[in-house]
Amino acid sequence: MQKENDSMDDFEFDVLTEIGNIGAGNATTALSQLINTKIDMNVPKVEMLTFAELAEIIGGAETLVAGILLNLEGDIEGTMLFILESSAARLFVQQLMGCVTGDEGEFSDLEKSALQEIGNIISGAYLSAISGMTNLTINVSVPSLAFDMAGAILSVPAIEFGKLGDKALLIQSVFNDMNVDISGYFILIPTLESYGRIMKSLGLR
Amino acid sequence: MIKVGMADANVCRTPDAITTLGLGSCVGVALYDSTTRIAGLVHVMLPDSTTVRQNSNKAKFADTGIDLLIDMMVRAGARRTGLTAKIAGGAQMFAFSGNSDMLRVGERNVQAVKKKLTSLGIRILAEDTGLNFGRTVEFYPETGDFLIKAVGKPQKTI
Repeated sequence: MQKENDSMDDFEFDVLTEIGNIGAGNATTALSQLINTKIDMNVPKVEMLTFAELAEIIGGAETLVAGILLNLEGDIEGTMLFILESSAARLFVQQLMGCVTGDEGEFSDLEKSALQEIGNIISGAYLSAISGMTNLTINVSVPSLAFDMAGAILSVPAIEFGKLGDKALLIQSVFNDMNVDISGYFILIPTLESYGRIMKSLGLR
Repeated sequence: MIKVGMADANVCRTPDAITTLGLGSCVGVALYDSTTRIAGLVHVMLPDSTTVRQNSNKAKFADTGIDLLIDMMVRAGARRTGLTAKIAGGAQMFAFSGNSDMLRVGERNVQAVKKKLTSLGIRILAEDTGLNFGRTVEFYPETGDFLIKAVGKPQKTI
């Protein structure tokens, strides 16, 4: 489903794919250690998508998802969003807390903070890979969690991308945990200046 | 049911209905001509087209999106002078301390929509905006009802 992209050349696209790969690999290792279970990860898919496609790929605009948002400061400024399907979020929380909760209904406050911590660790691992690769510092804010319709959560990064164009960059990682495929989605939104800085530090500009 | 995507607009006439799914910080603006029973819905993402270089998609912005929707409705046979509005969305999906532009975009979208509608003399009959949750909306031109659905909340009609 890869789309023609108008704002990036193929080489830059490859670089972002590689950054996504390394970041997601690091994130998977961190997640594995956290919940003490071996997790495999497929090679992430990197796509430039229109806003309509963005919601569709996550299962439609009304699909329930958990979104964890972090603000980035330092050499790379911007926002990072990590999205988990609600069933996956529940599974991770259960494994982390070692108990089985219901399949339906709201997360308790304790489960929410566990989820926030999962998001924090996954995103932190992802970002430290990027930081190591580019030699740029990234300071991360306390994560903020929302549990809502995919369309509503995605409106936050979509609006940021909307200032630059009509497409967004999505990195999808499929985790495989005990033979259950779990999709996680990373959306990294550097500011325009930071994007330039990433490319420059990699010797591409 | 006619679907309107993100940064998209469309027109609908009774007995059909029109919807947009999962509004977060975006705002859904439903315009209605009760005489012809023609309705239109636009899903705007950003407040102001003049501050963004990539502004060719008119439906993306509050200012140009509402103009675009009115043109589409008039072409479909609606009367420009008889239009009323109902609006929903403009939530702040993530809670953060601080007051950065990015986090206030929902609120700014709502303000921009209201300003544009006021400048056109279009009355806002009802709104369900702000707070911190996503909304799916459906507009029914037969009755003028604007149905609002949110996760874990009772459905409501405004």
